[in-house]
Amino acid sequence: MPLFWLFLIVLAIAAGAYLLARSRVLSMAGDDRRALHSLPSYYGSNAAMKSAVPALLLLVAWLLAQPFIVDNAVSSLIPDAAIADNSSRALVMAEVRRTADGLDMAVASGGLTEALARSEGLDLDVATSSLQEAGAIVTSQLTEPVLAAAQQFRALNTIGARWMSVAVIIVALIGATWGIREASPAFRARNTVERGVRALLIAAASIAILTTLGIVLSLVFNTIEFFRLYPASEFFFGLSWAPSFSGRGGASDLGILPLLWGTFYISIVALLVAVPVGLFAAIYLSEYASPKVRAIAKPLLEVLAGIPTIVYGLFALLTVGPLLVRVFGDDGLGWMQAGTAVMTAGLVMGIMLIPFVSSLSDDIINAVPQAMRDGSYGLGATQSETIRQVVLPAALPGIVGAILLAASRAIGETMIVVLGAGAAARLSLNPFEAMTTVTAKIVSQLTGDADFASPEALVAFALGMTLFVITLGLNIFALYIVRKYREQYE
Amino acid sequence: MTDVSMESAAPRGTLTTVDARTKKRNAAEKRFRAYGLTAIVIGLFFLVVLAVSIIRSGLPAFTQTVVEVEFTLTQEQFDEAESQLLKTKAYENIFIAALQSQLEQRGLNVAFDAAAIERLLGKTGGTIREYFRANPDRIGTPVSFELAASSRVDGYFKGRVTRDSVVDSRFLMVTDLDLVDALYDAGIIKSAFNWNFITGADTGVDNPGGAGIGVAVIGSFFMMLVVLVLSLPIGVAASIYLEEFAPKNWFTDLIEVNISNLAAVPSIVFGILGLAVFIQFMHLPQSAPLVGGLVLTLMTLPTIIISTRASLKAVPPSIREAALGVGASKMQTVFHHVLPLAAPGILTGTIIGLAQALGETAPLLLIGMVGYIARAYPEGVVSGFIDPNSAMPAQIYTWAARADAGFYEKAWGGIIILLLFLLTMNLIAIILRRRFERRW
Repeated sequence: MPLFWLFLIVLAIAAGAYLLARSRVLSMAGDDRRALHSLPSYYGSNAAMKSAVPALLLLVAWLLAQPFIVDNAVSSLIPDAAIADNSSRALVMAEVRRTADGLDMAVASGGLTEALARSEGLDLDVATSSLQEAGAIVTSQLTEPVLAAAQQFRALNTIGARWMSVAVIIVALIGATWGIREASPAFRARNTVERGVRALLIAAASIAILTTLGIVLSLVFNTIEFFRLYPASEFFFGLSWAPSFSGRGGASDLGILPLLWGTFYISIVALLVAVPVGLFAAIYLSEYASPKVRAIAKPLLEVLAGIPTIVYGLFALLTVGPLLVRVFGDDGLGWMQAGTAVMTAGLVMGIMLIPFVSSLSDDIINAVPQAMRDGSYGLGATQSETIRQVVLPAALPGIVGAILLAASRAIGETMIVVLGAGAAARLSLNPFEAMTTVTAKIVSQLTGDADFASPEALVAFALGMTLFVITLGLNIFALYIVRKYREQYE
Repeated sequence: MTDVSMESAAPRGTLTTVDARTKKRNAAEKRFRAYGLTAIVIGLFFLVVLAVSIIRSGLPAFTQTVVEVEFTLTQEQFDEAESQLLKTKAYENIFIAALQSQLEQRGLNVAFDAAAIERLLGKTGGTIREYFRANPDRIGTPVSFELAASSRVDGYFKGRVTRDSVVDSRFLMVTDLDLVDALYDAGIIKSAFNWNFITGADTGVDNPGGAGIGVAVIGSFFMMLVVLVLSLPIGVAASIYLEEFAPKNWFTDLIEVNISNLAAVPSIVFGILGLAVFIQFMHLPQSAPLVGGLVLTLMTLPTIIISTRASLKAVPPSIREAALGVGASKMQTVFHHVLPLAAPGILTGTIIGLAQALGETAPLLLIGMVGYIARAYPEGVVSGFIDPNSAMPAQIYTWAARADAGFYEKAWGGIIILLLFLLTMNLIAIILRRRFERRW
């Protein structure tokens, strides 16, 4: 693994620079530490920082940029004639990349010699058979331009990797020399190092911005690509969801409304379970329960929040679903056909959200000042009257915020609906029917052998975008309400 | 008019007699209190139902029905079997003869043929031949074989398959169950601890009996390694900047808003990010623990940043002022004094963040960890990071999505193992918190 070795070499150069700079400054000061501006280790750290940081940045930048440059260079080599009518340049490039990987595999397994894999005289049949022997996934017969492009691809990548190593090591050495030469007793090493550390801290904090940017860009670009292939109005207002994977470009109905309906229906069922139970639990825990009961019941309820959603998904599929079928199914009331239904997913999601609602409401009820309760008691109200007429109205905005946060959780929940809600997209009012949600369809459109250029796969990004916007809006609104409420009593 | 007012005035109660209105108010009070108690009981009831159904459905995954037969293979038998054309068939016949004699010893007489044994135990001849070829010194001494029964026979003992539900097929005939019962009475079929479930690899869709979660545990381990190595330093660095250095300006506000929003973004959206950025854009390998780890790092960062900031905030300002007073720089104050004091809290938060990441499934679906069947352990450390693998929650999902009901038991068993890991991590976090908690 040459990349790993390159990394180690850079680190070794940095370590060497540390030791050299430290001993240089000590010898210049005649081993009298008091003559130095900073502690000796700062001079060393300065040299190590100057050699390692620019070199590693260059390494990362190079690794990110090289695939593009190589792709562009190789892509321009493929003549237009080599691209079949039903294909595209991107597909041919994917083929080239696979062939190049296959050549690597064939060389590694000894099916081809490195020299033969590079030579222009490599026979097509020999190449195909040796690639297949090495277990590479290639089409049955390679074509001349693809093979030539693949060879060029490998050659460019090898050259790129070699130049990258050279450039990175040179940058590390230059940085090391710079840092070592700077090391003199009057140099303000500590200040320089601290400025560098501060820059690293800022970079770490900026990762949050980069992540959001990454999410937004990856959603936006693919969504635009999708809307180029599929009209936006039909996506947002279409009443039917029926993707076809068989005929590429064939008629697929990709209307989001049935999915949104399923999402909201399941979320509403979940909130109907979670809000009353969670809210009353919070009221009991904060107003009535003795400290002993509270100390036991609160953590136990919160265990429900710590259980991974896959567990709830399995619980919905294998326990709750069959149980509901026994009561509401053909043997019972005859309302339910199969275990996967809105009711199953909603009920289980509700269980998951109970601790979420209860602990948020608990905090908010506890934040209501005691003086308000005391005033109410002083007028002769009972405890429940105080809670209903004083505490809850005061806490209402916060509780609404908590419920909105729970709703946003319910809308974004994936595993429970993937396993518990079914796969059929329909607009129906019957809660015992299977329905599907935005998240479940993102999963089903993007797993499996999806071709990323087809609208059937790209629609997942548009769904993701919708989901992101809805949950973000709910969160911002809820946080705004909660914050505004908190300020009221602080 | 006075009469009316006289009539409408309800009889007033005294301290000793309670009037109707007070009674009503007290009843309402009791009811309200009961609602609260009911809510708690409902919540705890759900917890108990969940726990019971996990344990009841998952424990059978840890046992495996085995057939134990002891017999001695003589050198002549070995030579004769090796000289035949169908070698494994010869071994199978030896095995069947041994089984027959063991049944006769116990006075049981059940007729069975080779096909029935194949349905119950799979290809026995191959296993036996392998064993004696690998251990030639055991020829001539009595050897006890424990052979795993087929998934359906296993299901018969665990109640998944009943006599009524069995339909004659090439996998199991109803008459085979008579043989199974007889073998059970003779003590030849018994239940053993299923080590293969804990250490083994996933099998294809047609062999639920042999599926194990071991490889997926290793996949999860490598993923958690990536998460730990990346999210701890980045999270701590970001928190230090925000808590100790950041000036109050628009850039800081932007970071703060982003962190609080990322904490609430649905996990599936992180999966989309991973797919688009790490796989489509950077061409990192699909299904690799490295990619899974990167995605989960981005998801875990907000959790770690929030808990780290809380523990940095808990260090009293007097510590910082004292350090600054004796001449430390701001950076030295933070790294030499504040950070060590906040370390236990940071560690606790990190463990809890890792536990959350360990159970996360949805993003892993999108980066291809589900379609992949993890059949073998990675070959080394590098291969552990970049070769396709599964992870515990992804493996559980894969099993739950398969048609054969035999896999459901495995999925529940996998959940027990996953929850054991989570429980351990949370216990460590609680113990750390108790041990190092400091009140200033």
